[in-house]
Amino acid sequence: MILDLPVIFTVLMGLAILAYVILDGYDLGVAMLMPAATSGEQERMVASIGPFWDANQTWLVLGVGLLLVAFPAAHGIVMSALYLPVIAMLVGLMLRGVSFEFRLKAEGWHREMWNRLFWFGSFLASVAQGFMLASYITGFQTGFGYFVFGLVVAGGVCGGYVLLGATWLIWRTDGELQRKAVAWAHWGLLWVALGVGLVSLATPVVSETVFHRWFDFPRTLGLMLLPLASGAAWLWVWRAASYVRAEHPMPHWAPFAGAVTLYLLAFSGLAYSLFPYVVMDRMTIWEAAAHPSSLKIVLAGALVVLPFIIGYTIYAYRVFRGKAPDKLYEH
Amino acid sequence: METGEALMLARAQFGLNISFHILFPSITIALAWILVYFRARCAVSGERVWLDTYKLWSKIFALTFAMGVVSGVVMSFQFGTNWPGFMNTVGNVAGPLLAFEVLTAFFLEATFLGVMLFGMNRVPVWVHLMATVLVAAGTTLSAFWILALNSWMHTPAGHGLVDGQIIAADWSQVIFNPSFPYRVVHMLLASGLTAAFLVAGLSAWRLLKVARDAAAARTLRTGIVIGAVLAPVQAFVGDLHGLNTLEHQPAKIAAMEAIWKTEKGAPLVLFAIPNEEEQRNDFAIQIPRGASLILRHSLDGELKGIDEFAPDAPPVLPLFFAFRVMVGTGILMIALSWYGVWRTRRKNAAPLWLLWTFAGFTFSGWIATLAGWYVTEIGRQPWLVTGILRTADAVGPVGEAQLGASLTSYVVTYALMLVAYMVVLTHLAGKGAGSRELSVGEPAPRGVPA
Repeated sequence: MILDLPVIFTVLMGLAILAYVILDGYDLGVAMLMPAATSGEQERMVASIGPFWDANQTWLVLGVGLLLVAFPAAHGIVMSALYLPVIAMLVGLMLRGVSFEFRLKAEGWHREMWNRLFWFGSFLASVAQGFMLASYITGFQTGFGYFVFGLVVAGGVCGGYVLLGATWLIWRTDGELQRKAVAWAHWGLLWVALGVGLVSLATPVVSETVFHRWFDFPRTLGLMLLPLASGAAWLWVWRAASYVRAEHPMPHWAPFAGAVTLYLLAFSGLAYSLFPYVVMDRMTIWEAAAHPSSLKIVLAGALVVLPFIIGYTIYAYRVFRGKAPDKLYEH
Repeated sequence: METGEALMLARAQFGLNISFHILFPSITIALAWILVYFRARCAVSGERVWLDTYKLWSKIFALTFAMGVVSGVVMSFQFGTNWPGFMNTVGNVAGPLLAFEVLTAFFLEATFLGVMLFGMNRVPVWVHLMATVLVAAGTTLSAFWILALNSWMHTPAGHGLVDGQIIAADWSQVIFNPSFPYRVVHMLLASGLTAAFLVAGLSAWRLLKVARDAAAARTLRTGIVIGAVLAPVQAFVGDLHGLNTLEHQPAKIAAMEAIWKTEKGAPLVLFAIPNEEEQRNDFAIQIPRGASLILRHSLDGELKGIDEFAPDAPPVLPLFFAFRVMVGTGILMIALSWYGVWRTRRKNAAPLWLLWTFAGFTFSGWIATLAGWYVTEIGRQPWLVTGILRTADAVGPVGEAQLGASLTSYVVTYALMLVAYMVVLTHLAGKGAGSRELSVGEPAPRGVPA
């Protein structure tokens, strides 16, 4: 049996992007929530993501790296088409990263300035990612209607990150900040509903392939499980967050786990719509794939190294388990 | 000339980006190992001075690392946005090397950086020391892979043509291509020197604010000694790298030495203004037969001139000057560090003027490193991958307006970041100094595992 290398790499790339969206998503979400918190709370919010954000962001580099390595032909098309939102995202991620470091070392109005840039960088990166997603799933079409669609998706992505950030804070903090986080999680859920709903409606309208894939009888019946499960997960996150606030017995990680489930479901829906296209309706993964010799060596390397990465990532999360301290540097 | 403009913009943008990026790894690669040393001293002696030293320098490391990471993420995207032809042509070789850098280095350093910075009170001493070692290993591994790729672009080897695609036939030849050993050692030493002068410079800055800071006096000495050991080694390795370049990329040497015409017994041009139009040197000050003696070890050795390689020759003017800036900075570094070692022997305090000089040399490693990179990278032109792909053929379809807009936003962002970085660094170096005067040998406070 011949290994279907492009399929394997599609799965790897998808997992890297999913890991990025969830992991950096909660960082970006926490950062976007900073203006709604008091300055004492802000310290704790930053402390909750401090040990993790750098490694979380690395999944983006892996995702883009795999696109570059495994599907070089698609990488060129995608990156050229998404040029401006990619630049905006990069500027946002740069501001986010350096502001995080600078704000730890600054005092007075300097600190306030870096706080704002930290928020702005995270917001800019999230909005840009929303536009990238919107443009990608509509096959890079341009025009006013698509721009408006991009805006809505950007709102959905911000909401989705806020949801992850808020549920992360429910897990990692307590007291007044945790109660606030419950309200933020509810707001995030509303935006997510809007964003995911619109994307789900828009993709079949834009692409006939996607339309047939979802609405050809009888597979529609089976596929409807996905939106139903998403709806159930959505309701469950809402309730779980409320329960934590009301101090009902509910593990504090439950809302975050629910939010991750929601992401998994939305992601599988999207993957089902797109596969096997790496550029919507234009280029399949087999057309875009690199030479098997280079795919094999990367696959061998990834299979050896990925277990280590997963292992020490789990270790790092264990070292910093439990509620976040009040601030990062202990002196 | 529309494509010409777009090519220049794409090159300017990538050059800006990569120049900005290299500033930070050139510090962190070696500073990580210096941190391992500080951490080990702290663990062994349990002294408060070493703990404070470690904490201060790990903050500086974290800041520098973050600058490197964010500008590196930008680069990972620019390979695709600016040079799609690069991946289309040599992606089967370049891709896996980049992938291995991400897999083996980026996750390692980013994950253990969190443990290193914020986990001191959460893990045992040996785990914390180990985390510091793993961060350092990650930065060095990262340098290994990226220099393997860069060296391959200069001196490609081990590749073959299958189904009309360039693929790696022999990975060990691809990685250990002819210029790789020289380049990677040259770069690691450059990082060692950059970090050494940064440590010495910021420590000098701190001593200028508080004369009796015990920690700064020690780290000043640490920086000076590392500099004094590495600088002459670097001169030697640099010479070997030059001879390797003469063998594999003679056009680059011709441009560096401003040799226009092939000749026997070529002079060593100390200073001149290379004139590209007339193909000659104006206002030249030169040592007869010097270049032949240095490069061929013979007074009559033949050196190929630019005329031999035109039109595939790199521009002379930038290479000629960048090379002299690098060598000049290197000579100053040798002189200063050796004098510094002698002057601070047996715990002698450095005089005020020497402290000012070291403070002035804080970022001297950057100047030499950037100049060296300009020599080698501009010296590869007009090729992107020597003999395989021209830079002009790799540029993407992105229009001038988009390139211009993004170039502007990069320039603004980078200028802001660089100023902030340098201000915060000097601020950190001066902050808290003298707030408590520590005596050597004072134990670390209770509850802090040293």
